[in-house]
Amino acid sequence: MNLDFSQIVPSIPFILEGIGATLKFVSVSIIFGLVLGTVLALCKISKRKWLKWPADVYTSIFRGTPLILQLMIIHYAVPQLFLYDIPVFLSAVLAFGLNSAAYVSEIIRAGIMAVDKGQVEAAEALGVSYRPMMVNIILPQALKNILPALMNEFITLTKESALVSTIGYMDLMRRAEIVGAQLYRNFEPLLVAGIIYWVMIFILTNIGSWVERRMRQSD
Amino acid sequence: MIKTINLTKTFGDNMVLKNITTTINRGEVVAVIGPSGSGKSTFLRSLNLLESPSNGFIWIDDKEITNPKINKSEIRKHIGMVFQHFHLFPHMTVLENVMYAPIKVKNQSKAQAEESAQELLAKVGLMDKINAYPNRLSGGQKQRVAIARALAMKPEIMLFDEPTSALDPEMVKEVLDVMRDLAKTGITMIVVTHEMNFAKEVADRILFMDDGRLMEEGRPEAFFSKPTTKRAEEFLSKVL
Ligand SMILES: Nc1ncnc2c1ncn2[C@@H]1O[C@H](COP(=O)(O)OP(=O)(O)OP(=O)(O)O)[C@@H](O)[C@H]1O
Ligand SMILES: [Mg+2]
Repeated sequence: MNLDFSQIVPSIPFILEGIGATLKFVSVSIIFGLVLGTVLALCKISKRKWLKWPADVYTSIFRGTPLILQLMIIHYAVPQLFLYDIPVFLSAVLAFGLNSAAYVSEIIRAGIMAVDKGQVEAAEALGVSYRPMMVNIILPQALKNILPALMNEFITLTKESALVSTIGYMDLMRRAEIVGAQLYRNFEPLLVAGIIYWVMIFILTNIGSWVERRMRQSD
Repeated sequence: MIKTINLTKTFGDNMVLKNITTTINRGEVVAVIGPSGSGKSTFLRSLNLLESPSNGFIWIDDKEITNPKINKSEIRKHIGMVFQHFHLFPHMTVLENVMYAPIKVKNQSKAQAEESAQELLAKVGLMDKINAYPNRLSGGQKQRVAIARALAMKPEIMLFDEPTSALDPEMVKEVLDVMRDLAKTGITMIVVTHEMNFAKEVADRILFMDDGRLMEEGRPEAFFSKPTTKRAEEFLSKVL
């Protein structure tokens, strides 16, 4: 066994800085995915075909191709078409946000469908129009049911975020790789990165359970 | 005044309402009775456009609400509805349930909506439950909240679809009592019900439906003692 952590100690702060970079783009992607996913979900449950089918096609494409391919296309292929040098952060957020929206839209669609139809009728009978009905009555109830599934999606996204290291975004993963290359020792920096990912997911999971418990209390 | 002219509704090939023509006057209390599947709910739900009629016309006062250009929300502001299964908003307290529509639909101020909500909840005897969530209430209490919620919009017409059918027997009375009081206020009420005694005592007129048709209508005394159609006679012999 050839393990020596003493050499990477000076590089640990450099790796830790990646936490901020990872969290920043993960949280922006999650919010982006959540907003777009909600809009897509509303299109999918719409009776209007011209809203429904583009949303279905969108979902099919983003769920039916590898995330890393989507990331590569956005970062390398789009500049080729439009002669626009896209910043890594923007590529990362676009790829992860657009991809997450496809998954989130399915979760939210299922959540909305699971809300008792009587709720829509009660709102309609009171003269409540579509938007306040969705925002104040249907979505809050749907959200409660789908919270575990959403939390799962956020956790997956956080873990998969390591993929952005392939386009040079200076996240946790990328920094661990750089340190590894400098020291000609890969195991120790990757282990450090692994522990940090695990802790982040651990915290995220616990926040999820806590929110769920809070919501149950109002039952 | 509500006037339906040849009101017809089909679901696929199933003709559920067949040329229903009737007039319900302002302030009238009408009970709709008939066997299961005869189209009572569909008739009621057509009146506030929860179902869109396939044919025929519905007029409310001087508006033809079956006109495709009609603003449904605008019509529904004036028509309250109470469902068999309450359909309270589970994530809102009793008070919030009652305040919601006046604030969102009528743009009332919070203070104003709260004041009238409290007044209504006092009327239906639920002041002590104001901050409870619906799942803490009994069926009878839920239905009284649902009535208060509908009344909060100050509707001119109230529709009831079997408001006591989902209740335990001991809770039926508290809901019927609220409806009885309401009937005295001069509001127009259309009540689909299996409570024949309530229909007899409170209604000004009975509509008897069978197989999508309005078979018979008349004053309760006449209808219950001497129904003119065979179908009504059969029906009454089963339920009385
Ligand atoms: N959304 C729908 N789609 C298809 N068929 C429907 C729908 N709603 C009602 N029906 C059919 O229409 C007929 C009349 O139903 P409706 O609910 O109006 O009867 P009802 O008199 O209220 O009966 P009940 O006393 O059981 O409530 C039934 O045959 C029912 O199956
Ligand atoms: Mg019915």
